[in-house]
Amino acid sequence: MKFNAMTAMAAVLFSVPGLVSADPDDDTLVVNGEIEMTTKAEPPAHLDGVLPTIMSGWHFRADETQALQMDDFDNSGMIFVDEGRAQWNKVEGSEGKSCATCHEDPSSMKGVRATYPKWDETAGEVQTVAMQVNDCRENNMGADPYGYTSGQMANMEALIAVQSRGMPVDVAIDGPARDMWEAGKELYYTRTGQLELSCANCHEDNYGNMIRADHLSQGQINGFPTYRLKNAKLNTVHARFKGCVRDTRAETFKPGSDDFVALELYVASRGNGLSVEGPSVRN
Amino acid sequence: MASGVRPRVKAPRSAEAGEVVTIKTLISHKMESGQRKDSDGNVIPRSIIHRFTCDFNGTNVIDVKMEPAISTNPYFEFEAKIPEAGDMVFTWHDDDGSVYTETKSVAMA
Amino acid sequence: MEFSRRDTLALGLGAAAMTVLPFRVNAASEDAITEFTGGADVAEGGVTLTAPEIAENGNTVPITVSAEGASAVMVLAMGNPTPGVATFNFGPLAGSQTASTRIRLAGTQEVVAIAKLADGSFARASSEVKVTIGGCGG
Repeated sequence: MKFNAMTAMAAVLFSVPGLVSADPDDDTLVVNGEIEMTTKAEPPAHLDGVLPTIMSGWHFRADETQALQMDDFDNSGMIFVDEGRAQWNKVEGSEGKSCATCHEDPSSMKGVRATYPKWDETAGEVQTVAMQVNDCRENNMGADPYGYTSGQMANMEALIAVQSRGMPVDVAIDGPARDMWEAGKELYYTRTGQLELSCANCHEDNYGNMIRADHLSQGQINGFPTYRLKNAKLNTVHARFKGCVRDTRAETFKPGSDDFVALELYVASRGNGLSVEGPSVRN
Repeated sequence: MASGVRPRVKAPRSAEAGEVVTIKTLISHKMESGQRKDSDGNVIPRSIIHRFTCDFNGTNVIDVKMEPAISTNPYFEFEAKIPEAGDMVFTWHDDDGSVYTETKSVAMA
Repeated sequence: MEFSRRDTLALGLGAAAMTVLPFRVNAASEDAITEFTGGADVAEGGVTLTAPEIAENGNTVPITVSAEGASAVMVLAMGNPTPGVATFNFGPLAGSQTASTRIRLAGTQEVVAIAKLADGSFARASSEVKVTIGGCGG
């Protein structure tokens, strides 16, 4: 057969009859009848007009899925926040401390999720929440680090994210983080893999369209860690990035690698202005 | 006993006598259906929560027989009548013999 | 684009195959109903089953059953490898004979709810749920 993968994919995508291009909806997300989430916002300046509005992945899901996020007792991700709370209070490591020993209540983490990934002066690098958690565990608690995309890390990320729920994402893209941000931006727009797709091909050029039976979102990460119906568990950003890259049939980067940290910083900045939703519910 | 099983229940702290209230329950559990195979091709044996009950002061509200088609992290929403102050007791029965319980006290409003 | 006639046909058929998803039916499912009803007649109406028309993901599909005055409601997924899903037995302190849960569906199929009503008779409701194979993320 003499055609390349791109044309094949194009032909398949456009030849499937009956699948209507479904636009994102106009519903509003209020959690527990209290927390009003900003799920649509003016795009941040650095996007230079490539997106007319930025939208949370929530808008691209079916009504039944959206409903699951509206109440903390419908949201299965919340069991893992409870699990994270148990971890927070658990004494571990050579120093005989738990997170609570220094940080007291998880509410002290308010604002953290909204501004990460972030340049850490002491560490001399951009850090994600996961890196910060392991930094604390290893250096302050003398405990083993959590696996970067492990269940325990996801639980802790969910506990920390919940403290910033409703707050607008606001990651810094200038100053010492600038280089990392530029590297992430370049990755975002680079075509990779057998299918020669970049993040932008789907999430910037085709959000709102159907890719087979999946409703493409803008690929925002304000809702992470997210409880996915597909695997009935919490998923972290790097785990999802890895899955996405694998789906383009490319060699994936490693969770926790500089490439993914840069990408996370860049993708997070594309959502500056949307509310932190974690843990969210997605397909 | 399956590890890491954690219930999460929404029940009102107080109610009027005779009031009908909404109860929501979640529990973290894999609900291994017995349909999956491991990387060697062997069937992973079924291991699910097969029964969920809710009783108020010893009288039954709901008793659910659960099969492998109930999703991972089983969720139930139902309504209960609260005749008086008392304890709402929830139990989840695991195939491996464990019984997980959670109790929520309801006062009279 | 350099498609030969053979290539175009293959692509077209592939695309068509994706949209005509197999509708599954399990032979044992009717037996499960007979076991619950003891062979009695089952009327339509008297029980409602709410399920999405298209399941966002077959692994976690929210459903609700409701049957006024029923003592029990059995839910079956007629196309799953084993049709049983759940049987809700309502006790004296049930505020209503309504319950919601989330279920796994192996493919596009009919989900059926059979209620045993207060007078001992049976009622049935069904809902066809399309379960799709997702795109990149699904």
